Amino acid sequence: MSKFPLERIRNFSIIAHIDHGKSTLADRLIQFTGGLSEREMTNQVLDTMDIEKERGITIKAQTVRLDYTAQDGVQYQLNLMDTPGHVDFAYEVSRSLAACEGALLVVDAAQGVEAQTLANVYQSIEHDHEIVPVINKIDLPAAEPEKVRAEIEEVIGLDASDAVLTSAKSGIGIAEILEAIVTKIPPPKGDPHAPLKAMLVDSWYDPYLGVVILVRVVDGVIRKGAQIKFMQAGTTHLVDRVGCMRPKLEQLSELGPGEVGIITAQIKEVAQTRVGDTITDAKKPADAPLPGFKEVQPVVFCGLFPVDANDFEKLRESIAKLRLNDASFSFETESSAALGFGFRCGFLGLLHLEIIQERLSREYDLDLITTAPSVVYHVYLTNGEMVPLHNPADMPDPVKIAHIEEPWIEATIYVPDEYLGGILKLCQDRRGIQMNMTYVGGRAQLTYELPLNEVVFDFYDRLKSISRGYASFDYHQIGYRQGDLVKMNVLVNAEPVDALSMIVHRAAADARGRHMCERLKDLIPRHMFKIPIQAAIGAKVIARETISALRKDVTAKCYGGDATRKRKLLEKQKEGKKRMREYGSVSIPQEAFIAALRMGEGT
Amino acid sequence: MTQHYAPLALYIHWPFCVAKCPYCDFNSHVRTGVDHTAWEQALLADMAHEFALTQGQRVGSIFFGGGTPSLMPPRLVGALIDSAARHWGLMPDVEITLEANPSSVEAARFADLAAAGVNRVSLGVQALEDEALHRLGRVHDVAEALAALGVAQANFARVNIDLIYARPGQSVEAWRAELERALALGTEHLSLYQLTIEPGTRFATEVAMGRLHPLDADAAADQFELTRAMTAAAGLPAYEVSNHAQPGAESHHNLAYWRYQDYLGIGPGAHGRRGGVATLRLKKPENWLSAVARHGHGLVEETLLEPRDRAREALIMGLRLREGVDVARIAARTGLRAADIIDDAGVAQIEAQGLLRRAADHLIVTEAGMLLLDSILREAVR
Repeated sequence: MSKFPLERIRNFSIIAHIDHGKSTLADRLIQFTGGLSEREMTNQVLDTMDIEKERGITIKAQTVRLDYTAQDGVQYQLNLMDTPGHVDFAYEVSRSLAACEGALLVVDAAQGVEAQTLANVYQSIEHDHEIVPVINKIDLPAAEPEKVRAEIEEVIGLDASDAVLTSAKSGIGIAEILEAIVTKIPPPKGDPHAPLKAMLVDSWYDPYLGVVILVRVVDGVIRKGAQIKFMQAGTTHLVDRVGCMRPKLEQLSELGPGEVGIITAQIKEVAQTRVGDTITDAKKPADAPLPGFKEVQPVVFCGLFPVDANDFEKLRESIAKLRLNDASFSFETESSAALGFGFRCGFLGLLHLEIIQERLSREYDLDLITTAPSVVYHVYLTNGEMVPLHNPADMPDPVKIAHIEEPWIEATIYVPDEYLGGILKLCQDRRGIQMNMTYVGGRAQLTYELPLNEVVFDFYDRLKSISRGYASFDYHQIGYRQGDLVKMNVLVNAEPVDALSMIVHRAAADARGRHMCERLKDLIPRHMFKIPIQAAIGAKVIARETISALRKDVTAKCYGGDATRKRKLLEKQKEGKKRMREYGSVSIPQEAFIAALRMGEGT
Repeated sequence: MTQHYAPLALYIHWPFCVAKCPYCDFNSHVRTGVDHTAWEQALLADMAHEFALTQGQRVGSIFFGGGTPSLMPPRLVGALIDSAARHWGLMPDVEITLEANPSSVEAARFADLAAAGVNRVSLGVQALEDEALHRLGRVHDVAEALAALGVAQANFARVNIDLIYARPGQSVEAWRAELERALALGTEHLSLYQLTIEPGTRFATEVAMGRLHPLDADAAADQFELTRAMTAAAGLPAYEVSNHAQPGAESHHNLAYWRYQDYLGIGPGAHGRRGGVATLRLKKPENWLSAVARHGHGLVEETLLEPRDRAREALIMGLRLREGVDVARIAARTGLRAADIIDDAGVAQIEAQGLLRRAADHLIVTEAGMLLLDSILREAVR
């Protein structure tokens, strides 16, 4: 089979805010070009995980090849890359974009441009993409396509005069989009005779095929049976399958320059395949890897513990299985006096954390306790050494600490004017530094620098509630800065509870401590003795509550007929006690930890 | 395992009441036209069945409970006592208690009941305030109850009064006054129960619907402490969580439960402990009656208790007593080691708080600990 002519290939992605109809549009494109029969179409074909469907977001990059015969009578190969749709997966997004020459910018005709969209558009522009504006949902009663067209021109600076007007849901404008892809987006470039150079765009674990790798060939040809080499990882593998997704797997003999497809190479773990790596011919390697490779680093950490200590092994197996398919999170064993054995896990961001947690509880049927999320602090010791701190429990002795640095982000917030005041206050409260503020047609675009640890708690929830869901938020890390950070311990009956300790800014410590003590006072049941609850920084107590002693717990009547019932009740209570954690002789129910640590509640 | 030297305690259940009280979760039923002859035959048969399994032992106490056993014809009560005497033989100091409602109708039978062999009555006075009696769903008023008490005291050497306190809205002063009146009535024994909202009762429904507000636990604790102090000062100290008596006037029958000695239970829903076997009879009167007619007994369950279960029950029951429990004796009776029965670390911790005391092989809940007994059991019992 001869290589597919480069000039008849179009690789494109779809940029859209959540809910703006990306998945529906992708489905329509597949349907229109005959990729799937009517019967095979289930909604949102590309989002294969339940969580993806429910949340309307894409976690793994997906691809689909479409055959499209254009109005000029020529058959084109269109490769649609469905990119992850969240800031947590920004690096994955950048690799997917690098595999394309153009993008459809889908904007909701009623809601207009969102911050998330902007960030992706800028990324797309950085990759020199040709961007085709698409105004979707034009048949909605609230649709204002002309206003949105103006907004695209004003806010993004793109010419939207020939934006395609569509309703993916109703099937309006699909043919026009396909025609625009062919006419506006340039074909890929590449040399079929040069040594193989292909980008590893993404990979996932398939129970039947093993690890499946999504590739974009830049130069050369990748063939079944070839020995390939991952230039960053340094490993070599035998290609045993080459194909493309339509969206079902179709086997091919080879992929040439400009083509997007999949390969398998008898690889067992996703961790062996790093997104952004360069695949080359092991026998005739390229002289340099493709640019832009980055090692992904977890940003947000938290402890995951089984509610039932007997589930520890099950949790270990489940996490290991998940990691087969998601190398971007890290885990190591952690033991907490309060919560028993569990894992300290690192995530790309809060959404990533939630997704993993949800998959563990849903797909593996595990009851989990999640400790408060924390970021990685850089602790500089007096001896000049720098210790990265993932877990507040591991904080070195304060006398040995010279100073602590924390990660900062630059956040872009896009908010309707009427909620601006509330959002500004939120940012100030979270130690934000305002860098820029511009007004565009009834909305403000804010740029703030913020400490990441102020964002991982409940910033996003607060942002959404203050703006009634209208504000959008995007961020990227901008490095580490020194901060007046302290470790706050929570003591129950004078004993520190490791799972509740946290690192906070000194100015926020009092409020955080008071809040935690008040919460715990309501959550810990009364005992036979009074229980002091304290929040402390070092030896200094900053907040205190007392749970008064239980005074009455006795059965009034107990005669011959009650022995069995009382015994069974006692057995049940003793069983219940096993699900509690002992702290300074205080039994703390699991629910209390879960409630005290629950993210996003008034911290 | 069976203690051949300890006398048996015999419980006889009469399941019928004139009306169901809103706080009561006992096995009681309102029925008209009860066939007393059929019930006599059935109770005698049920008793004979138990006798066949416990020959050679003697009966130290009989307790007629319910329901309202004061509704039983005295002749029937006499027939059951006589039958027990014929089967096992009664100890010379046998205690025969009958629970009675303090109504004029029932008081009229007291002389006949005494003649039939009953030597102790437990009167369900429940409150010494008319308003409270009404709320508790009782059909008698205070005057009628006091009149019945007079009749009881004239006919029986030993009389107990049941009272329910820590009632919704009851103040500690009101209870003090009520208890003072109760102590002045001159009975040798007082059962003073804090009102407990039991699941499945009308009170439970009212609480759930927000129409009834139980007294809060701290106020109830104050009243409990007051009760202990007043009864002790009056010479009827508490010998169990809710029971107070002049020294020597304790209920032998109930002590058998708390000391975890063998007790036989006959009649609908009656529980028994027969040589390590837990017995239970059919609850519903009609089902029990027909079961006895068919099989000669009303048993629905006979469960051989594990040594661990028996040890737990012995502790649950025994720690209610001021005298505490003899851990070594429970160990000997169950074949377990003391360390298998009690949690030494838990005990040490509670002991340090002054809620529990160890004296040789004895484990005794202190005066301060009694209010927290259920919490103590969770820590102390293995």
